[in-house]
Amino acid sequence: MRIVVTDARSEEIRTVPKPATLAQKILARAAGQSHVTPGDIVTVRVDLAMAHDSSGPRRWQARLEALGTGLWDPSRVVIVSDHYVPAVDAESAAILKTTRDFARDYGVKHFYDMRGICHVILPEHGHLRPGLFIAGGDSHTTNAGAFGCYAAGFGATDMTAIAATGETWTTVPHTIRVNIEGKPGGCVTSKDMMLALCRELGMGNHFKAIEFGGAAVRAMDMEARTVLANMTAELGGEVGLVEPDETTLAHIRAHGGTADDTDITRWRSDHDAPYERVLTLDAAALAPQVAAPHSPANSADVTVHAGVAIDQAYIGACVGAKLSDLHMAAAVLRGRSVADGVRLLVAPASAKVTDAAARDGTLAILTGAGAVMLPSGCGACAGLGAGLLAEGEVCLSSTNRNFKGRMGHKDAEVWLGSPFTVAASAVTGKITDPRSLLAERSRAA
Amino acid sequence: MSGATQTGRAFVYGDGIDTDVLAPGHAMKLGPDGLARHCLEAIDPEFASNVRPGDLVFAGADFGIGSSREQAAISLKKLGVAAVFARSFARIFYRNAINIGLPALIFPHDGAVSAGDRISLDLAAGRVTNITTGKAYPVSPMPEHLRNMIEAGGLMESLKARFGAREAVS
Repeated sequence: MRIVVTDARSEEIRTVPKPATLAQKILARAAGQSHVTPGDIVTVRVDLAMAHDSSGPRRWQARLEALGTGLWDPSRVVIVSDHYVPAVDAESAAILKTTRDFARDYGVKHFYDMRGICHVILPEHGHLRPGLFIAGGDSHTTNAGAFGCYAAGFGATDMTAIAATGETWTTVPHTIRVNIEGKPGGCVTSKDMMLALCRELGMGNHFKAIEFGGAAVRAMDMEARTVLANMTAELGGEVGLVEPDETTLAHIRAHGGTADDTDITRWRSDHDAPYERVLTLDAAALAPQVAAPHSPANSADVTVHAGVAIDQAYIGACVGAKLSDLHMAAAVLRGRSVADGVRLLVAPASAKVTDAAARDGTLAILTGAGAVMLPSGCGACAGLGAGLLAEGEVCLSSTNRNFKGRMGHKDAEVWLGSPFTVAASAVTGKITDPRSLLAERSRAA
Repeated sequence: MSGATQTGRAFVYGDGIDTDVLAPGHAMKLGPDGLARHCLEAIDPEFASNVRPGDLVFAGADFGIGSSREQAAISLKKLGVAAVFARSFARIFYRNAINIGLPALIFPHDGAVSAGDRISLDLAAGRVTNITTGKAYPVSPMPEHLRNMIEAGGLMESLKARFGAREAVS
């Protein structure tokens, strides 16, 4: 892989007031100012607040009651029960009931109870439009940045304040522009690009905006782009952004949202925008990646780790179980079987994904290969649901984080890869370059 | 804790202390006290039983990376940790810590503090003293709007004052 670094940070950022990045433009609009400068602390109006059953009502309710306020605008609040679903014991059942009761009592207009993972729900149900400022009670709220939204994660006290007032503060971030150029080879996905970027950029880009562009990004569908924005959380970024284009608008319209052509011209960085750094990633030179325990930045070409034996293969999470992810797994698994001694668990990211995969035959391919289907939700990725690991077990996962102890026992190993790589490894029982299996298939055909 | 000098023992960890280590997913259903017993257990099983009120946590880069779960900061505070020092903080953890009144301070002095050292912290004066080694270090002040929030007692207290004031006016 080739990374070209151009350090564009200079005093120009302070002396040229007008040109702006997309992140600056959205913050200026949300702050009611004509221009904001990196480093400014601004108070912004929130367009959409999102929270789930773990971070939301169970943490908000007592505090909102103490404040004596309701929600600032129940029509701008989206609540999604996705972490403790479905309930497995009295405690998780109580958390879900608290969430349901809150949604009813506070008049929350958009409540999704066990319909899928919040980050996938937002674009699936038409909630996103370029230029929005979105505050979410989850670190992967960055996911919505794929649609040109300024979408950042916040903790529960910040979210309570937002729920009560509709506003918050932020420091205007410097923007790092990542151009992804070239045509990726077979089985090379946006997930592989992000694992490589975690290694190259590190996970310490705290408070930065990361903006993704270039020919390879333009060629991606929206599901692939959300992986870039989603895993900006792993880079440490405040937001991950993709400038909207016709692909963005078509997706929004097809999912019941509102957008018009001016969104494309208005919500883009100026050609002379003050980027802090500009990087180029050559997708054509990139191989499928896997991240070894216990960090997404601990990534390498899959060939480096080929042969590591696995106990579990997991396809799940907001980042790794969308319909396109299930299609990738099915492309590998069609006519094949999961290896003896290995379990392949699949938790589709939403009820709509499950339904679409059932209709188009994908589910039959997965279950025909021996996959065990799990409920839609954050599940094992968040260390909560079914599919956790015992001491010493090894899992290759299509999720976004492999921190120590995240998916069960602290001495389990979680490796990360794309759905292609997870499916190929499930078939062989060890970490496997998916290109070898797909090449076998094309030779056979 | 503003104003007074805090004295406690140092607990020292490395880079990338993440939110799964601070607040493990398997214990997230528990209340704050139960969850705090699991804080840092994956890398230091004795932390929750050894740490005492007033003790201080020192770490390297990227402290608090990962989830938005505020319980990562709350668990440290519940166990009595008086402040966290790190080379850098993850954004959401940093906001969470300030919001709940746990000082999070940039401390770039690798090797200045060893596990078990006695440390005194004077937040108002912006000074950390390693009593064991006899060396003192300046601490950069936090941005003004965050200092104001901590002085108000955290974000919730700021909000209560704000809404209380509105009621008084109306």
